[in-house]
Amino acid sequence: MTVISDIIIVFLLLAGAFLSLVAAFGVIRLPDVYTRNHAASKSATLGVMFILLGTFIFFLAKDGFFSSRLLLGIAFFFITAPVAGHLISRAAYNSGVKMWDKSVRDDLKNKK
Amino acid sequence: MIDIALKLSLIILAIAMLGLVYRLVKGPTTPDRIVALDAMGVNLVSIAAVLSMILNTSNFLDIILLIAILAFIGTVAYAKFLEKGEVIEYDRNQ
Repeated sequence: MTVISDIIIVFLLLAGAFLSLVAAFGVIRLPDVYTRNHAASKSATLGVMFILLGTFIFFLAKDGFFSSRLLLGIAFFFITAPVAGHLISRAAYNSGVKMWDKSVRDDLKNKK
Repeated sequence: MIDIALKLSLIILAIAMLGLVYRLVKGPTTPDRIVALDAMGVNLVSIAAVLSMILNTSNFLDIILLIAILAFIGTVAYAKFLEKGEVIEYDRNQ
């Protein structure tokens, strides 16, 4: 445990927790389901990737333990979280959830 | 320094989880609740990672991958149920 790895771990942890808090505030405050999905699927994904990277560096610096499962978890989140967001948003549009009444453009309206 | 950061990030993650619970209870439509549940699964992975650092053990790292996979499968199943009315379809050509 050197000082440099300590500083990197603390930065990654606090940045990841802050991004998760930003995602939660976006999910609370934004007006309709598409904007909420936009906040949740991007910000929360980057936050959890930061925290998993911090955990990886923590165990690598403290024990010298190279955890390939954490790297696999980071890659898994990077691949699957946008896919899950896309599927929720498409299911919401196809099941008839209205957009925010101040949104100006709906490209899928005439496409059936 | 690192103990304070661990506890602080655990508190921040718990506050974020409470905000998502608010949206899960109040959300007007079903996709809102699915968005909140998906983000709660992601937050739960973060809490497991921070907790494995606080308890100083590397035995929880399997659980992280397991929660991630289960949250993804649940979200996909809910989205398919909302869109088509069933999760596993027997006749694909309709």
